[in-house]
Amino acid sequence: MTVKYNADKRIPHPAKWAVLYRSSTPFWDGVKEKKLMLQRCKQCGTWLNPPRPMCPKCHSTESEWVASSGKGKIYSWVTYNEAPDPAFKTPYAVVLIELEEGPRLVSNLADITPEDIRIGMPVEVTFEDVAEDLTLPKFKKAG
Amino acid sequence: MVEYADKRIPIMRPYIDVDNQEYWDAVKQHKLVIQHCKKCDKYFQPPRPMCPYCHSQDTLEWKESSGKGYIYAYIMFTADKMAYPAFKLPYAVVLVELEEGVRITANTHEMKPEEIEPGVPVEIMFEDLHDGQTLYRFKKRGA
Amino acid sequence: MAKKSIKDKTNRAKSGAKSRKTGHSMAKNSIKNKTAIVGIGVVNFSKNIGRSEWYTASQCIKLAADDAGVNIYDIDGMVKNIDDGPDPSYVQKGLGIDNLTYHSESHWGTSAMMNAVQAIASGAANYCVYYQPAHRASGPEKSISDYRVARETRDDSLDLIRYDFFSPFGLIGQTGYVGMTYQRYMYEFGVKPEQIGWIPVVESESAARNPNAIFFDKPITIKDYLNSRMVVNPMREYDVAPKVDGAIAIIITTTERARDLKHKPVIISSCAFGMAPEGQFHTSYTRDSITELPEMKNMARELFRIAGVSPKDIKAAMLDDTFIPYVPMQLEALGFCGRGEGAAFCEGGDRIRPGGELPINTDGGSFGQGKLDMTRIVEAVRQIRGTSTNQIDNADMILVASGAGGPADGLILRG
Repeated sequence: MTVKYNADKRIPHPAKWAVLYRSSTPFWDGVKEKKLMLQRCKQCGTWLNPPRPMCPKCHSTESEWVASSGKGKIYSWVTYNEAPDPAFKTPYAVVLIELEEGPRLVSNLADITPEDIRIGMPVEVTFEDVAEDLTLPKFKKAG
Repeated sequence: MVEYADKRIPIMRPYIDVDNQEYWDAVKQHKLVIQHCKKCDKYFQPPRPMCPYCHSQDTLEWKESSGKGYIYAYIMFTADKMAYPAFKLPYAVVLVELEEGVRITANTHEMKPEEIEPGVPVEIMFEDLHDGQTLYRFKKRGA
Repeated sequence: MAKKSIKDKTNRAKSGAKSRKTGHSMAKNSIKNKTAIVGIGVVNFSKNIGRSEWYTASQCIKLAADDAGVNIYDIDGMVKNIDDGPDPSYVQKGLGIDNLTYHSESHWGTSAMMNAVQAIASGAANYCVYYQPAHRASGPEKSISDYRVARETRDDSLDLIRYDFFSPFGLIGQTGYVGMTYQRYMYEFGVKPEQIGWIPVVESESAARNPNAIFFDKPITIKDYLNSRMVVNPMREYDVAPKVDGAIAIIITTTERARDLKHKPVIISSCAFGMAPEGQFHTSYTRDSITELPEMKNMARELFRIAGVSPKDIKAAMLDDTFIPYVPMQLEALGFCGRGEGAAFCEGGDRIRPGGELPINTDGGSFGQGKLDMTRIVEAVRQIRGTSTNQIDNADMILVASGAGGPADGLILRG
């Protein structure tokens, strides 16, 4: 089940908050190019997720952005029966994906109905242009 | 001496809430009311939900003020940077001590800058503004 | 974030209060038994109180001073939660206090207690009031000042969240955030709604006997719970505390001064705060485990260390039930039961009822009264004074915990 949107409503846009969280910009820039970019500490290799200016393990401020394989597993999920924002048609599922590199991301599912969602289910990333100015990384059944 | 530079610029409105509603309702009817405690016969301003002298919350009432007082202090806006663009420069904001002993701030009416100084006797007048709100000002009066 | 990332870095946890770097034992001033709660003031709760938060803030402080037998003008310290109610410069306009020597604001739960306790223990103030007026049912109130601006621009359901990684996917609001954690908790430990549903059932029983708990005139059954509206699967309507208008103030002073006041002092045996790595309010999804409330664990370790007692000494616990699924996780994090055993502990309700092994939220909790964190402190005080509407026997040591799902804080109060 992919999320269905109400066409006349604006999907909450990450750019609105990108001003507040400048550290997230490379992630969203990557999504535009249909890449899933993750921040990693250059010194000790710790994943920095969500993005941040300093590595909590070695306190280095040197980091790099690397592309994820986009493969992972469903770690947890919820289904909204009541829309918290008018852009979304209910019911829809939100999933927490654990990527094979380790970091976890919140996303939606492209082709899995709520009844079929299982924790541990293997998935891979797909990119959906949901609005003229917005592409979102979503997940579909692997393979 | 307040004139409006550009009537398209909104004049900032008072923030009306349950604690000061009656004050602004009275202004609308060209009356100045001051909060008064029946129990200890004291006036206070700005409006508040408790008498600071006896801590009573149910003995508060609104009494009409004579609207007469003296300039206690004032500030003259002369430079663009600090001034609100709706007003023509220069304009004064006076702090007036009313006969009831409380102080309120407002603009002046038909007073030249050189006439404005502490101790000058003033009285209140009301004006229905072009934007629909009613505000009060102070004009000269005989001592 | 798994393997390569922030492994559980709570090393300090394992070695007691020691510096991670030097291994030296960290000197910490103990506040044990130095301060006491001497007054409580509660403005009757309502779904629409019809007053300003400024009004009820003034009102609850006055009630607390009356309850304590403290002259209002002797109050010289004020603390509050950043998001709730007008700051001391407003409250002072009604109270007329002219000698305020200490004030501060804190985030999260009831963590301003720490500020109050430290202020009194250090001598920065003699009588400190902690007040929380919050009219959440009738909406953020409109008043004058930057506190209004803060309320209008910061929806408290979205505060402290990395919105940009959640909102575009429709993960919006705290109920959804907590649901994600709850789903995983069910998966990891086989927890069932039929088990944790007993928490709201028991709380509704207590609420029905507490006149200030306005949401349940009569108790709900486990069936009512299971049939309640599924809002964000797996979160039901009865998994979330309702919003309410209310105001609470408490007064804290030294234990010594407390002995000369109206009531038997309620001594603050311990007061602690806890944070943990990779924390994000209700959305700490990047931790190795997302179901163990490490902030609460860290807080509990410090809380019991200061008080010098253990979970078995606690006669009742006032836990953060803003979201019901956090209650069993708190029971585990606080050491009342083992990991993954919290839901089974609550099943059937007998252990957590008044008279049970560990009565919880004997006032009906936030579930029965509405979301207002300070109710937990008030009920703990009432239990120790012997004035609870669900009074338990030998209520001489009560634990309070707040801030589940985020930075946690807690108290151990004793008679």
